[in-house]
Amino acid sequence: MKNLIRMSGKTLLIVFAFVLIITKGNGQKYFSKNAMIRFHSDSPMEKIEGVNSTSTTVIDAATGKLEFAALNNAFVFEKALMQEHFNENYMESSKFPKTVFKGVINDVSNVKFAVPGTYKVTVTGDMIMHGVTKSITIPAELVVDAKGLHANAKFIVKCSDYKIEIPAVVKDNISNDVEITVKVDYNVLSQ
Amino acid sequence: MKSFPSLFIILLVTVCGIQRSFSQTDLLSLLGEEEVTQYTSATFKTTRIINSQSIENAAKGVLDVKIQHRFSSIDRGVSEFFGLDGATIRIGADYGLTNRIMIGLGRSTVDKAVDGFAKIKILRQSSGKKNMPVSLSWFSSIELKTSKFADQTRPNYFSSRMYYVNQLLIARKFSDGLSIQIMPTLVHRNLVKTSSEKNDVYSLGIGFRQKLTKRTSINVEYFYTLPNQLADGFENPLSVGFDIETGGHVFQLHFTNATQMIYKGFIGESTDSWSKGQIHFGFNLSRVFTLVKPTMPEQ
Repeated sequence: MKNLIRMSGKTLLIVFAFVLIITKGNGQKYFSKNAMIRFHSDSPMEKIEGVNSTSTTVIDAATGKLEFAALNNAFVFEKALMQEHFNENYMESSKFPKTVFKGVINDVSNVKFAVPGTYKVTVTGDMIMHGVTKSITIPAELVVDAKGLHANAKFIVKCSDYKIEIPAVVKDNISNDVEITVKVDYNVLSQ
Repeated sequence: MKSFPSLFIILLVTVCGIQRSFSQTDLLSLLGEEEVTQYTSATFKTTRIINSQSIENAAKGVLDVKIQHRFSSIDRGVSEFFGLDGATIRIGADYGLTNRIMIGLGRSTVDKAVDGFAKIKILRQSSGKKNMPVSLSWFSSIELKTSKFADQTRPNYFSSRMYYVNQLLIARKFSDGLSIQIMPTLVHRNLVKTSSEKNDVYSLGIGFRQKLTKRTSINVEYFYTLPNQLADGFENPLSVGFDIETGGHVFQLHFTNATQMIYKGFIGESTDSWSKGQIHFGFNLSRVFTLVKPTMPEQ
């Protein structure tokens, strides 16, 4: 009996250490505080483009979970008035200061975070914008190279899906479809 | 024999539990919340409340062309189409040298006056990392009459054409809709008509903005001039207006008892009175042009 307990004690230690190693190996997380999010809308009358280069993001390689957060008033436009209207009239940034995406990489098991290469993935999750939460799936690309992990994505959001109203007078100037481009150079998150 | 599996299970569950609880927390919270300063924007729709300057500046590299009209008074009746037959105007432009410094030029019908000014943002209302309850700007202008002197027989000096204005704009955006601005103002007049009028006129202005919708608002502006600085018969200017914003234009429609659109005029030379029905319809039209584009973040 004593022997068994001693034995099991050893085994337990090994198992425990093993679990810890796995947790650490799989638990690598990546982050960036300078993620680039570009907002682009084309209409016959006017091109509207805003760039946010201070978005934050974290990817958990173990679970495939990823999150993005962007301050709406950190989008810079090529006309100051566009920026004011974006925040005042469309995003209502004083009420909804942040746009957040929380999702998961669907096929994360195919992504070898330590092996250089380009991995096509899809990401499914909740986009929380202008007080509306909507589940979306978007195609994305993860690139592993000598410098580390990078991510790119391009997708369309519809203003109407997020209750962002475009008044009738400017319907010709502002498209309901907005193209979002995401570009991130990730760093390793040391915990 | 029993102790091994039970202990093992307990440990494994604990470890898994710890792991689970880790992965369930907000990923972004791992980065630590960095507090940022949120600066208040769009306290008013444009750089004027009605006659007076607002706390807003044209952004860096933006030219804001202003065309301002004040018609004759409504009490002139139908024969003068309620004042619309007569009008005084000011044509001018504001330009943002930086995001904090705006300069402007204008010319008015009344006295053929030319005015030039600078408006400098000193404090910006903000919350978050830096907390500032109000925005503060300093406005300074020189106004110059270019019309002929009324009395050609006496010696007339160029300096007699000059007026100087210094004003502090203290504004707070209380909510998305409501903004209030207080404006201590000093107008210096080099030459006045009678000894009962002071060369220095101290006046306190107050302006309100209440949004009705995202793109329209009601504005009110009033200047209280301390007694014994203006001769009898001069009135404090009260203006009530309505702003409509459409893309790059702002239309400001209003009713006022002041016919001039520069400080020496609406503070010191308004003679019409609301109580006598001497109310003028007027409008300001603003159109912005981006001359220098802001630098976009590198992509």
